[in-house]
Amino acid sequence: MMFVEMLRVAAQSIRANFFRAFLTMLGIIIGVAAVITMVALGTGAQRAINEQLDSLGGNVLSVRSGQGFHRGVAVQTDKLTADDVAALKRDVSSVTAIVPELSVRRQVKLGNQNRSLNIVGTTPEFADVNGFEMLYGRMITQGDVGAKRRVALLGGEVPVEFEIDPTQLIGQRLLIQGTSFEIIGIFEKKGSQMFDNQDKNVWIPISTAQYRVAGTDNLGKIGVQIAPGIDIGQAIIDVERVLRREHKIIPGARNDFNLSDRKQFLQMQQEATKIFSYLLAGIAGISLIVGGIGIMNIMLVTVTERTREIGIRKAMGATRANIMVQFLIEAMSLCIAGGIIGIILGGVASTLLANLAGWQTPVSVTAVTVAFVFSAGVGLFFGIWPASKAASLDPIAALRYE
Amino acid sequence: MDQQTDQSGQKPLIRIENLGRTYRLGETTIDALRSVDLTVQVNEYLAIMGPSGSGKTTLMNMIGLLDTPDRGEYWLNGELVSELGDSRLAKLRNREIGFVFQTFNLLNRANALHNVEMPLIYAGFGRKERLSRADHALEQVGLADRAKHRPVEMSGGQRQRVAIARALVTQPSILLADEPTGNLDSATGADIMSLFDQLQKAGQTIILVTHEASVAAHADREVHILDGTIASDTGAVVH
Ligand SMILES: Nc1ncnc2c1ncn2[C@@H]1O[C@H](COP(=O)(O)OP(=O)(O)OP(=O)(O)O)[C@@H](O)[C@H]1O
Ligand SMILES: [Mg+2]
Repeated sequence: MMFVEMLRVAAQSIRANFFRAFLTMLGIIIGVAAVITMVALGTGAQRAINEQLDSLGGNVLSVRSGQGFHRGVAVQTDKLTADDVAALKRDVSSVTAIVPELSVRRQVKLGNQNRSLNIVGTTPEFADVNGFEMLYGRMITQGDVGAKRRVALLGGEVPVEFEIDPTQLIGQRLLIQGTSFEIIGIFEKKGSQMFDNQDKNVWIPISTAQYRVAGTDNLGKIGVQIAPGIDIGQAIIDVERVLRREHKIIPGARNDFNLSDRKQFLQMQQEATKIFSYLLAGIAGISLIVGGIGIMNIMLVTVTERTREIGIRKAMGATRANIMVQFLIEAMSLCIAGGIIGIILGGVASTLLANLAGWQTPVSVTAVTVAFVFSAGVGLFFGIWPASKAASLDPIAALRYE
Repeated sequence: MDQQTDQSGQKPLIRIENLGRTYRLGETTIDALRSVDLTVQVNEYLAIMGPSGSGKTTLMNMIGLLDTPDRGEYWLNGELVSELGDSRLAKLRNREIGFVFQTFNLLNRANALHNVEMPLIYAGFGRKERLSRADHALEQVGLADRAKHRPVEMSGGQRQRVAIARALVTQPSILLADEPTGNLDSATGADIMSLFDQLQKAGQTIILVTHEASVAAHADREVHILDGTIASDTGAVVH
């Protein structure tokens, strides 16, 4: 009963100084909107990484040819070969698939347009191991590899690049450095993955790449898929041991290849994103606290302005608790109103940013609840001092106040 | 002596003994009240007079429970109120005391009805009950037609009537008025005084402070204060 009255008095007081109240609320509005947006962005970024993690079948180790050392001098070598692939297949027990890759950049002609694209020679397992899905057509087969067929598979962005309708492309011809290839399939778009975008690549059988396009036996990269549940550290040691043996690297000398673990990399990236989003949310939280200080300031002004009213209310029988609660309600009303506006603004901002970043940035119920409770808490916390100042006013002194 | 009854065996509404209040301003101290003894019976009509600065307002604030004494005892309706805590004091201010100020002390943002309603909020009445009681109190002071007017839209006399309605709305034991006509012209002041006379006839106990003999003449008993003590007292006239 009395609570309803106090709400009414608070509403009346806020309305009486509406512009001032709004300016004060602005701090809370911005703070809450920032918290909501930052949490949503953080969640979105993590979700994007999680999806990438999920899309990797098992754990994939990438072996790339790297620098070798000849008499202490670094020399570029291209020493990954079909023999390495065979040795890894034979000697590393935890391997479920091995996907060699050979990339070169070449001029590609489709219709009457020319583009310089990455041509990647690979084997049929490529799609499964790397989580690529077919949009149209078929994957490269073992038969294509065996017969060094001139067939090509396009990344999801390639048709866009040539401004050609993808449905019309299967069975068409494309020229790689003057050599004619048949288009057998198109991958679904995959989007950016760890700084590189493979959607503009063209894939061809590894043998075709070696003999007809690149003119080398060597491989640029070997993808080694490790069976799920196998300790990745052990797998790395095994792969390294086999390759060092194959490359005849003496003990103590450095590897002439690089080994990287994509899943581990993604997990690290995920950790970093988490920390970053906590940091951003923390900064947003600080702005919320600054907003709270603004509320406290305006409440102190209000208490001073209404000293006489407080004296009158006390003379008419208001207890200290009554006065305290009244001013707390006023401070909390300001914060909660600001919080609600902030939640709406934050929701709009996250949705806009989500569209911009191509992420899903869900505004979670938790974030909204936390922001709401937090802004009410800010009102309570920063309202307590002004309210207790009001409550402890001496009635006579308050009545005499000019 | 029994504190609950006086010589006549009647239970006094107010019993004050040896009451003192000292203000401290840095090094200097001002004894606003030295040693006041006062007993007031139900339905008395008492005027407190005295020169400026003699301690009249200080005494009224004590009686009205707005201030607490430094020395002495004060019984209100038999309850020792000179040493109570905030919430009990607030309750007694709300139920037992109706205060009328020289400067009206109305809330300017609220209309007459809401001003009069205010003490009832702290008494815990529901909205409907509050509004009907506030209406009735405004009627009592002849302002039923001004219920929706805000103080700034009213004359001084009307404002003081609203303040009196507010003081009466909780049906207090005592109506206290500190120079209620001090800010009014003599005609309006006379109106207010005839309202007080009416209320007293209806059974209300009234204590008022005034400088004017014509105002004091309405009361049945005059108490003169000089320098923080009671200099003369014409004695109780109980109806
Ligand atoms: N808050 C205060 N601080 C210090 N001294 C005060 C305070 N209130 C009153 N006094 C002093 O106490 C004495 C009595 O003041 P009080 O207001 O009771 O006088 P009064 O009889 O009501 O005078 P008036 O007729 O002018 O209203 C005065 O000397 C005054 O200066
Ligand atoms: Mg005075």
